[in-house]
Amino acid sequence: MQNLLTTEQLNSLKSEMKKKHRDLLVKRFFSNKLALFGSILMTVIVLLAIISPFFTSFTPYELDPVKRLQPPGAEHFFGTDNYGRDLFSRIVNGARVSLIIGFAVAIITSILGMIIGLYSAYYKKLDGVLMRISDGLMAFPAILLAIAIMASLGPRLENVIIALVIVFTPSVARTVRSAALVVKEQTYVEALRAQGASASRIIWLNIATNVLSPLIVQATFIFADSIIIEAALSFLGAGIPAPDPSWGNLLYDGKTVIFNAWWMTLFPGIAIMLSVFGLNLFGDGLRDLLDPHTTKAKK
Amino acid sequence: MKGYILRRLLSLIPVLFVVAVVVFLLMHITPGDPAAVILGPEASPDEIAELRENLGLNRPVTEQFVSWFGGVLQGDLGNSIFMKQPVLQAFFEHLGPTLSLAIMAQILAIVVAIPLGILAAKFRGSFLDQTFMGISLLGISIPSFLLGLFLILLVGVELKWLPVAGYKPLNDGLWNHIKYLILPAIALGSMQAALIARMTRSSMLDVLNANYIKTARSKGVKESFIVIKHTLRNAFIPILTIIGHTFGTLVAGAAVVETVFNIPGIGQLIINSVERRDFAVIQGSVLLIAVSYVLINLVIDLLYGVIDPRVRLGRK
Amino acid sequence: MSDLLLEVKNLKVHFDTENGRVTAVDDVSFSVKQGETVGVVGESGCGKSVTAESILRLLDEKHTNYEGNIFFQEKDILRFRYSELQKLRGNDISMIFQDPMSSLNPVYTVGNQIVEALLLHQNLTKKEAEEKAVDMLRLTGIPLPEKRVNEYPHELSGGMRQRVMIAMALSCKPKLLIADEPTTALDVTIQSQILDLIKDLKDEFNMGTIMITHDLGVVAEVCTKVVVMYLGQVIEEASVESIFSSPLHPYTQGLLKSIPHIEGPRDEKLYVIEGKVPTLNQIPAGCRFAPRCEFATDLCRTEKPQLDSYENDRKVRCWHFKEIQEKGGVMNGNRNESDKVRS
Repeated sequence: MQNLLTTEQLNSLKSEMKKKHRDLLVKRFFSNKLALFGSILMTVIVLLAIISPFFTSFTPYELDPVKRLQPPGAEHFFGTDNYGRDLFSRIVNGARVSLIIGFAVAIITSILGMIIGLYSAYYKKLDGVLMRISDGLMAFPAILLAIAIMASLGPRLENVIIALVIVFTPSVARTVRSAALVVKEQTYVEALRAQGASASRIIWLNIATNVLSPLIVQATFIFADSIIIEAALSFLGAGIPAPDPSWGNLLYDGKTVIFNAWWMTLFPGIAIMLSVFGLNLFGDGLRDLLDPHTTKAKK
Repeated sequence: MKGYILRRLLSLIPVLFVVAVVVFLLMHITPGDPAAVILGPEASPDEIAELRENLGLNRPVTEQFVSWFGGVLQGDLGNSIFMKQPVLQAFFEHLGPTLSLAIMAQILAIVVAIPLGILAAKFRGSFLDQTFMGISLLGISIPSFLLGLFLILLVGVELKWLPVAGYKPLNDGLWNHIKYLILPAIALGSMQAALIARMTRSSMLDVLNANYIKTARSKGVKESFIVIKHTLRNAFIPILTIIGHTFGTLVAGAAVVETVFNIPGIGQLIINSVERRDFAVIQGSVLLIAVSYVLINLVIDLLYGVIDPRVRLGRK
Repeated sequence: MSDLLLEVKNLKVHFDTENGRVTAVDDVSFSVKQGETVGVVGESGCGKSVTAESILRLLDEKHTNYEGNIFFQEKDILRFRYSELQKLRGNDISMIFQDPMSSLNPVYTVGNQIVEALLLHQNLTKKEAEEKAVDMLRLTGIPLPEKRVNEYPHELSGGMRQRVMIAMALSCKPKLLIADEPTTALDVTIQSQILDLIKDLKDEFNMGTIMITHDLGVVAEVCTKVVVMYLGQVIEEASVESIFSSPLHPYTQGLLKSIPHIEGPRDEKLYVIEGKVPTLNQIPAGCRFAPRCEFATDLCRTEKPQLDSYENDRKVRCWHFKEIQEKGGVMNGNRNESDKVRS
């Protein structure tokens, strides 16, 4: 016990352990086939959304009344819609709308939810007020609240994001709060407080880093839910305004001709399904990975 | 038990108050003048001014809230501008189909999901388990309105087994009533079923590992009895919770599914009101659904006490 | 022998895990006679609980493989069909577990749980079973049994719950009782009460009893015969008197030395068995105790010793037990040296 480790040695030891831990996580993630499949699915969808406008031969708005409602074929991969527009390029553009909304909502709700959750975990008085508000907001079914907000704000992409942020922030705040409460009770946080560390330092440097795992997992699921709700809103006419290609709009168009043009319902539908499925698989995998409870249960 | 009920009731007051505030604010977050939005671009300034006066929009916001909230407490949710009838009346006229649909979907989900969840837990890791869980994850990934569209494509357009649109009230005969609701109920109930099945499975797994299950086995209790008597009841609280928590989603989902299948329920009422900017109807319907969601979850909380004696004593 | 109740013969229990097959119990043999109390002693992880649960086949059989025999009244439990097993459990052989807090189902009254056992195995009406349940509770010394019978487990204290477990286990008058660390989770004062209760009831019912424990004090109090286990094997078997007066295996000697004595000087250092129990996937090639044994020779490290009979009723698994006995067993003296090595 004479020669204690120097700080340097300790740090290198620490980083080595961290690396080992990270390697283990990466290994486990890749051994989880479903999660891997989910992330591949998502990568493909994102890539398609980004690069395909460069090689599709049609724009999503190009009307061609002669070629209305053509079934899938060589020229139009997924067929055409009731205005003769190319369904494939509309679906790919719809993917961009969905991904932008899903990503924006996931990021903004995470930030807002983290701030609200952390501060309500730390300050008891604030907690009472904020959590009652979030209870109240969570009493509304997500889609319904989104519809009602959209009814007031008017159909626009930005408004869809605002509505979804209002809908999902309370549940994120709750998740962060409950994770933060656990950390807050731990001895080392008590010790920090006793040392006179400032509240914001404790909150952001010590508690925040420990709530990231559940937050990331939940953000993935919110991404998926946002895609679903945006599609539903647009399908109902309360989301993205009409000529823009969003998956919900495509389904709305498809429904009017469902007995004549199956492809107009099937392909956008599959697009929604695959991206949500991919995100769910990915989220499930992440949760197994980051939450020791569920990994332990698997013997 | 009485103290428990009382405490739960008291805790509802702030939640319901927040619900009311949110619903009230819905109309006031509209960019610009709500009266102008309601009447549309063709309205004359006089008409707009008159509507502003009628809606009380000229008064301070707090005053507006107090009078609106006072009305709500007395059961007055305002009047539909478009339909020229009280919101409450319009709501209850459209409630029947939605309730029928939601209940059918819920029953369908429970009847399918709980046995599947139990089987998956009992045969954990087996092919059966993995298949069920894979399907359930897929089920969670298909939103109900999309599944509805797929069902119309498959059953309505291809197979022509069941009607794909419309609604027949119960007065037209039970089978007629059910026939029109089968596809919507499947569409609506499948995500619910997937959630319940997953919760049943994980909750059953937790309990199956409990020591008292080993005790029961050591007494010579039959395996089927261990699952039904000893495990299910202990596993039921999380299952019940998820059923309660997702009931709101179910009702809201019904609103969307109704549009797919042209069912004249609350969903259509709300969607039509969104198009018509009939704010009072939207506000009233959303308020009623949120309040019923809160009350349903209260009932579920109280049911915990029936299932688990430990809750009865007020311990958590 | 007609009074032979249970005979475990060359029992091996393998588990199939993610990391391959693990043998938790390796060639264990012992027997229990009617009215006899056999203690099975060892550190945690030595396979004593696995052995106990094998007797009722409570382990998850999807991942478990048995070898050998467990004869109960000359019939092999390991060859039982499932329906035979159900008739055996709780009726001929009963078991009580370590943690009375979690061993009773929280959503049923204790009466309900005792009645369940009675209705399964005995031809009783529900009413008779309920009366019997009250009788059983009274027998286990629970005050106001008529009232307690309608209470839920969480309304009872730990000691009370263990009494309920005992009442339940004995309700069908089993021929064999397996008690898996029945007092470990209880307060010290309650422990001896529960042990006394088990002892009294064992005499009253004339049962064979297997007492699984890591506590040699418990063994001294209730057992007639002791089986000492180490790393999945039986390493010594003897009567309680012989074990306490002249333990043969160095491990047993170490275990006995590590018990504090009330009479001894306070500042005397307790004996410590050096090293750690190896895990089941790194079992030593020769004698399993060799890496921790102060007498280990090359023979010990390479060749597996057998469980040999000694005198008439003793068995021991050690190459050198005779020499060790002549040397006077494990010593305090040579500890100092290794103490230095450690620090």
